[in-house]
Amino acid sequence: MSLIKKAIDWGTRKSPWIIHFNAGSCNGCDIEIVDALTPRFDLERLGILQRGTPRHADILVCTGAVSLQTKDRLKQIYDQMPEPKFVIATGTCACSGGVFDGCYCVLGGIDRVIPVDVYIPGCAVRPEAIISAVVKLLGALEAQQKGGGKDAERRSDYSTVGREIQSFEG
Amino acid sequence: MTEYNRVVIPIGPQHPSLKEPACFTVTLEGEKIVDAVIGIGYNHRGIEKACESRYYTQIIYLLERVCGICSHTHTTAFCQGVEELAGVEIPRRAAFIRVLVAEIERLHSHLLWLGVAAHEIGFDTMFMYTWRDREAVLDILAELGGNRVNYSINTIGGVRRDIDDSLKQDILKMVDALEEQVKYYRELARSETTLAARLAGVGKLSREDALKYGAVGPVIRASGVDFDIRKVDPYAVYGEIPFKVVTDTHADVFGRTVVRVLEMLESIEIIRYCLENMPDGEITAKAPRRIPAGEVISRTEAPRGEDIHYIRSNGTEIPDRVRVRAPSEANWHAMKQMLLGQYLADVPITIAAIDPCFSCTDRAIAVNSGRETELMDWPRLRQYSVDWYKKRGIDVSSVKMPERRSYF
Repeated sequence: MSLIKKAIDWGTRKSPWIIHFNAGSCNGCDIEIVDALTPRFDLERLGILQRGTPRHADILVCTGAVSLQTKDRLKQIYDQMPEPKFVIATGTCACSGGVFDGCYCVLGGIDRVIPVDVYIPGCAVRPEAIISAVVKLLGALEAQQKGGGKDAERRSDYSTVGREIQSFEG
Repeated sequence: MTEYNRVVIPIGPQHPSLKEPACFTVTLEGEKIVDAVIGIGYNHRGIEKACESRYYTQIIYLLERVCGICSHTHTTAFCQGVEELAGVEIPRRAAFIRVLVAEIERLHSHLLWLGVAAHEIGFDTMFMYTWRDREAVLDILAELGGNRVNYSINTIGGVRRDIDDSLKQDILKMVDALEEQVKYYRELARSETTLAARLAGVGKLSREDALKYGAVGPVIRASGVDFDIRKVDPYAVYGEIPFKVVTDTHADVFGRTVVRVLEMLESIEIIRYCLENMPDGEITAKAPRRIPAGEVISRTEAPRGEDIHYIRSNGTEIPDRVRVRAPSEANWHAMKQMLLGQYLADVPITIAAIDPCFSCTDRAIAVNSGRETELMDWPRLRQYSVDWYKKRGIDVSSVKMPERRSYF
């Protein structure tokens, strides 16, 4: 493993930067994500920072059932993120479409558009659940990095991490 | 300046200053905004259509998710309307609980806004302060309804959760602690010169323009118009609660900040009044499953302004039509007026100042054909068809039209 790769792995594990995108959510999960970043829950103490641009982010925290309007934008944002990248589907709507499943303007869960690594059900998700999901994602990532460092292989099979953390019970 | 010097900057749908997707296309001359096009609709999910295939009780939970921040307001407006159609009178205790939760929600929403606004102007300390204080409010809501965001208090015919003595004490304790903090924010708004310097004169909306574009809520109240549904058209028990409508004459972002901070103090007083004067008794009245045919318009004052629900029933368990006119939808029209002549750097705070809720806004698709349109009433439409056929040599003026079934 090259030194640069080691450094990138370490950086991703220790201080993942997140970007938040609302793909058609009711705002409930979005305010809980912001809540997770503010003093009571304070994700920043774990080195997690929210960034404004997808080009700086490692984790895409996505909320809401994907509406037809946001579908292409979501794909674009995902494509802009540098490798390695991860997606957390936050809330029941992001997992499956939730109450909006079947609406004419709703495509369904986030995984209809981009590969998802972690699903957090809940309407709305509690900040504790978000923190726990991030910690589990990092744990799974570390295990994977130590187990041979098959980074390229992992990205070719998007759902590897997702399979390890099938779902998180809030 | 010539056309050549103009720069068009798209902001969104994903942008650091926007928490939700929307696209603003801003045309600049130097640093000044000369034109703005607001593109919304990214959050349109088709809730109104979905309502037409669900039972009334299911709709409550669907409408709660129109917006996660003012979820109680939407269900209150809907339940109120359905109760009026069904002729159900809710128990007084239930009405008090509705008002109580609405005011707690207003506290949480305004604190949230204050934080977001502070963040937009780079005052992150205040952002952290207000969101810390907001946690206390959310704890109470969680205790009340079992969930921090969508607390499902309302049901047709009353409320689903009662308030016992220990919860009452908790609420009073929370309110006392919060009052101290809000008073501190009031002092901050008044005495902190950097805050005033950053916000004053930004996003001007004169009284005339506010009325012309039909702004609602804190936006119109900050322009000096004394308009609050709680006073204008009192619902639940607002008619008997003493409180004053906060207005301000600054007509800019600073004024909107002041209005919201002072409104929080009023809300605290309303919460205290509700807890003191809440009568004992039932919290639900029996409501029929089938709602009698008819139509109704129900209005409530959401934290962001006037929320209107229109419900048309056809006598079954499923409504014919549900229309939601959320407050942010009304406020967008004045947005362009606020942006014109501003600097580019003021765009985020100006947008944030109406407390926009895109998930509330994206209700229907507006089609602008670019043509002049006019509304034809029934007799004129009839005359138009008679003339149209006459030109083609057919005289239909003697044909009797059946009586029109009137909804309006």
